[in-house]
Amino acid sequence: MNTQGVDPKRRRVLVAATTAVGVIGAGFVAVPFISSLTPRARARAAGAPVEADISKLEPGALMRVKWRGQPIWVVSRTEEMLTALPTMDPRLVDPTSEVPHQPDYCKNPTRSIKPEYFVAIGICTHLGCSPTYRPEFAPEDLGAEWKGGWFCPCHGSKFDLAGRVFKGVPAPTNLWIPKHRYLNDTTILVGEDAGAA
Amino acid sequence: MSIESAEPTPTGFLGWVDKRFPIMRVWNEHLAEYYAPKNMGFWSFFGSLALVVLVLQILTGVWLAMSYKPAATDAFASVEYIMRDVNWGWLLRYMHSTGASFFFILVYLHMFRGLLWGSYKNPRELLWIIGVLLYLAMMATAFFGYLLPWGQMSYWGAQVIVNLFSAVPGIGESLSTWVRGDYVISDATLNRFYAFHYLIPFLIAGLVFVHIVALHRVGSTNPDGIEIKKLKDAEGRPLDGIPFHPYYTVKDTVGIVVFAAIFSAVLFFAPDFGGLFLEAPNFQPADPLKTPVHIAPVWYFTPYYAMLRAIPPIAASQFPGVVVMFAAILIMFFLPWLDRSPVRSIRYKGILSKTFLGAFVVSFVVLAYLGMQPASDLHTLLARIFTGVYFAYFLLMPIYTKLEKTKPVPERVTT
Repeated sequence: MNTQGVDPKRRRVLVAATTAVGVIGAGFVAVPFISSLTPRARARAAGAPVEADISKLEPGALMRVKWRGQPIWVVSRTEEMLTALPTMDPRLVDPTSEVPHQPDYCKNPTRSIKPEYFVAIGICTHLGCSPTYRPEFAPEDLGAEWKGGWFCPCHGSKFDLAGRVFKGVPAPTNLWIPKHRYLNDTTILVGEDAGAA
Repeated sequence: MSIESAEPTPTGFLGWVDKRFPIMRVWNEHLAEYYAPKNMGFWSFFGSLALVVLVLQILTGVWLAMSYKPAATDAFASVEYIMRDVNWGWLLRYMHSTGASFFFILVYLHMFRGLLWGSYKNPRELLWIIGVLLYLAMMATAFFGYLLPWGQMSYWGAQVIVNLFSAVPGIGESLSTWVRGDYVISDATLNRFYAFHYLIPFLIAGLVFVHIVALHRVGSTNPDGIEIKKLKDAEGRPLDGIPFHPYYTVKDTVGIVVFAAIFSAVLFFAPDFGGLFLEAPNFQPADPLKTPVHIAPVWYFTPYYAMLRAIPPIAASQFPGVVVMFAAILIMFFLPWLDRSPVRSIRYKGILSKTFLGAFVVSFVVLAYLGMQPASDLHTLLARIFTGVYFAYFLLMPIYTKLEKTKPVPERVTT
């Protein structure tokens, strides 16, 4: 190879410029590969609000509806359950729901619009399992102090009947409350509130 | 040319090929003239056995792919179709599922052999690191593969693991959505997991090739942890070495026969191995609205899962548990530099190294057990203690390997 008349400085500049343009080009080419993995239009459209018919929901019972592929719980809380709620406060991480995991209209002691009906996303705030509904008082496995709530089978997180997390369990925060509103006395629309109309 | 002229030049078809591809050189360098220590013994079986299982997994996997349908609506039914309608489909599927568990058993034994012999020490650091990369690639493949049957355990296991990413502060939520390609585990997730489950085994095969190239550069070690290349005869052959072929090829064949017998016993008589290899909830189709009462990963992931559960949230974030879990695997990369002992093999190390290695093995087994059990106060306490023991093995290694008195290492290998 003839190396006469080689200008090393010029060669370095050209190599650097080619490399830089190549790297930028590779960056642009990476965009479709990375962004094709984000939710596609069909998945985004599945977020439409759903209706829950609570006319047949018995006191103390739980029903599930599916919204955005997630379980949404609707619980009809009895008088006994509601009276037990304030007594739980000392054992909870965030009894007054300071972490904004609920719409403003649910930032109250029962975390609901109407005290007797509790609506929540049934996904543990730890790692996304769906906790088991344990409405009974003082069952053998959960101890005499248990006054109803949810127990997550995956990692042992506990929540009370307002979806508030207990101290000393893996889940860091209270359960999420979705946006919702009452269409009439027996129908709840999940995924949309009065403000969204 | 001098190296090649030392060999009889092949003629005929082999000669035609050898002129165009260095077939004789590869054969000699890696088999006929690759000298391995003559005292390798029992623990040297597991590397070659793992290679056999890799081939089995790729072969059965490709055949399963011919009948499997990676769609949320069809996946569960297509696995049942393989089990009932496809000729010999049950055998292919059980070979694949049993093979996955045996792959991990063999690799865990292979890694333990590395710890016993000090195989990670200078000059084999890179060989060890490639091995840890292989282990990571295996875990990724196993994780992606476990979603494919689309059973309850598949679904909720993937849900928990993908949600680990959402614990990353700041970007977590969008990161886990990106991994899933949806807000929940869905058809999109299943499709991409299938693509990766098919892809990564070929990366594993490539890494295995690199692993063997690195091994043959530095040479195999042995239970004494002695470099056989130090003492050579007049022709430059290691005094304590024997050619890999035919000596170790024959020995490994015996290993394969014994392994095949054990493997077949499980395959034909207990393919789910009492719920360890195939978990009971996975015989129900995935239901996004209902988590099974007790979920646990497959046995080979449970030690890390126990660590994840053991760490309490700090400042309303579960991130510390996730960090500890990944640190438990990533710390293996640093092992070559944590061991400051002047000797390689556990045979010549002191009582401290032996105690810590024993405690490490016990902690791994206990954590594996705890990871399968439901969470309880006692289990969490035990998991915390044994997570501490697991990390102590690595983090205290620079201290205890320096402190202890080692035994003198012999010049030649012992038998």
